[in-house]
Amino acid sequence: MIATQNYDEIAGFGNDPWWIIAIKCLAIFVLCVVLTLFNIVFERKVVARMQHRLGPNRTGPFGSLQSLADGVKLMFKEDIIPKAADKIVYIAAPLVAVIPSFLILSVIPLGPEVSIFGHETRLQLTDTPVAVLFTLAIASVGVYGLMMAGWSSGSTYPLLGGLRSTAQVISYELIMGLSFVGVFLFAGTMSTSGIVAEQERLWYGIILLPSFLIYLISMVGETNRAPFDLPEAEGELVAGWGTEYSSIKYAMFFLAEYINMVNVSAIATTLFLGGWRAPWPLSAVNDGMFNTGWWPLLWFFAKVILLIFVFVWLRGTLPRLRYDQFMHFCWKWLLPISLVWIVLVAGMRLAFNEGIERNQILLYGGIVVAVLLIGSLLIPEKKTPAEPEPAEEPEFDAFAGGHPVPPLPGQEFVAARIPAATTKTDDRTEESSRA
Amino acid sequence: MITQSVTAWATLAAETTGSGSGGSGGETALFWIMAPLAVLGALGLVFSRKAVHGALSLAVTMISLALFYIAQEAPFLGVVQIVVYTGAIMMLFLFVIMLVGVDSSDSRVETIRGQRVAAALAVAGVVLLLATVTLRATLPEEPAGLAQAAPDGNVPAIADLIFGTYFWAFEVVAVLLITAAVGAMTLTHRERLSRRSSQKELSIKRFSEGPPGEAAGLPVPGVYARHNAVDTPALLPDGKPSEASINRVLVARGAARSSEEFRHHPTPADVEAAAEGEADEPAGEIGPDDDASGGERA
Repeated sequence: MIATQNYDEIAGFGNDPWWIIAIKCLAIFVLCVVLTLFNIVFERKVVARMQHRLGPNRTGPFGSLQSLADGVKLMFKEDIIPKAADKIVYIAAPLVAVIPSFLILSVIPLGPEVSIFGHETRLQLTDTPVAVLFTLAIASVGVYGLMMAGWSSGSTYPLLGGLRSTAQVISYELIMGLSFVGVFLFAGTMSTSGIVAEQERLWYGIILLPSFLIYLISMVGETNRAPFDLPEAEGELVAGWGTEYSSIKYAMFFLAEYINMVNVSAIATTLFLGGWRAPWPLSAVNDGMFNTGWWPLLWFFAKVILLIFVFVWLRGTLPRLRYDQFMHFCWKWLLPISLVWIVLVAGMRLAFNEGIERNQILLYGGIVVAVLLIGSLLIPEKKTPAEPEPAEEPEFDAFAGGHPVPPLPGQEFVAARIPAATTKTDDRTEESSRA
Repeated sequence: MITQSVTAWATLAAETTGSGSGGSGGETALFWIMAPLAVLGALGLVFSRKAVHGALSLAVTMISLALFYIAQEAPFLGVVQIVVYTGAIMMLFLFVIMLVGVDSSDSRVETIRGQRVAAALAVAGVVLLLATVTLRATLPEEPAGLAQAAPDGNVPAIADLIFGTYFWAFEVVAVLLITAAVGAMTLTHRERLSRRSSQKELSIKRFSEGPPGEAAGLPVPGVYARHNAVDTPALLPDGKPSEASINRVLVARGAARSSEEFRHHPTPADVEAAAEGEADEPAGEIGPDDDASGGERA
């Protein structure tokens, strides 16, 4: 149901003096870069532990400065622009990839109201009535970077990588959008701070578990991470869209990828894991002390890093999917499942709004499920034929009449036959199948 | 004249949306930065030689428009403009363009007679129409303002229009679009006439039919050769370049390097070694057109 408050003005925003806005912008920028440096080391360490190695341990205490050293080294490498590259697009591509990735954290609430130099303000740069959609929009601009990189390199592997990444991100963005719908229906708002406020009692990750799971899958697809890292599959495409890039341009793509990981994790935290709210037993301590002041920053980043750990865990565990299986999974499984789930959520929501009690819903839902279960007992058991009888029907040959004809229902293909010109091949196939 | 009217529009827009919060200065600045970009993008779409450049220019225009919408306090419209037009539709366009023509700059030859004249006439007509409408439009003295147009905020107002007032129009358009999508799929769908052979069958076929040397796959390009690039033929153990090692797509495109370039030419030392080796090796085993024998490389 549509509430009657004015959605276009969100309480607590728009009153900051310019210097607080500047501090927040700078903080977000620094946060993105520092988190990237941290995440690279974190990922390498965790993957190393999963593979019984030590991981980087030479630079800085426990190897914690490894990514900084690598980054500095990467900046000073020779910058190569291939002869066949389309120069303008080639140079613009890393910028288009990296700039949007910095923008998303600006609408993520990192904490409640705090006092900065005596000024009360929220730990969030800004919020709009459509903040969650804004993150989707920004993400879709970022994909242009990968696509432009793939095309402008003037080489085959990058092009294939760029095309793959486009197809993949369009498909998974759809699923991601559908997983948001449940949250919007329950929260009644699309502003991030509003969604966090609505999760005071129960996190949406618990009520809307299927949405959360769908989002978790789609966020891995959206960021091109293993096991969905087909656009840069080393075994197939060298380094995908990034093959021809070097030096600082490559570093920018790298930065964009890692910031995007933080972004999708931050969105997951905000939408499904209660945002900056402390987890349950802690939230009750001392009358909600841990949900005020600067404490929530800790919970927020703990949740984000937990999700980053999930990313790393997936990478360390799962092999890469084949491209067609990956797309089938998106369009033939995730999409129908999320559509059905949204219909269910909308029905539940409508029932709540109509004033039907939760107990009643549970009761009637339980009755329906019980009837279905009992009904399923009445379905006669499917008789499994002891031996699948060898096909007695005449073999179907698509080319029997000289003109190719598709099979009628019930008819089945026998062997792959290729028409007239290659009869020799045909004979051999039959020989081999006989042998 | 036109500049004046544009300025008038811009100031009007700024006045309408600034609503006294001091944002109008920033909005005017945004207009004068983004408007030229939007126009440049539009011109780039028309004049760029490569289709991809045109598509990217259009994306720039779309994003500029989205920023205008957001600045005009229509954040939902602006964001949806980016998600739907820039993120999905334009992306699909680019996808197809990149997939079809990797580096084609389309030919400028006129295929339909009188096409250019007709296009010019049509464009002139549209420009005339738009100019007339724009210049003749009378603006109200006091704009209604957002508070009157959408008292509950943008999102509920749009929802009310789509799912209330224009519900049937919206559904009809949706049906139309779905029909178009299903139609496109039906028309391009091709029924499979034979069963797809499985990986196992293909493997059996390769062993039973192909030359035995290729049963384990073709030689990999670049092996033993001077480069390891895909366009370089592999050298066989006898020093002959292998044509089979190069992808036939590269050959068809003329992108493969000639195998003659990589033929192994024996040095005098090689010839001596071959002569020595000839005593214990029967000459018949060495290929007829072969100046580098198999023995010398061992």
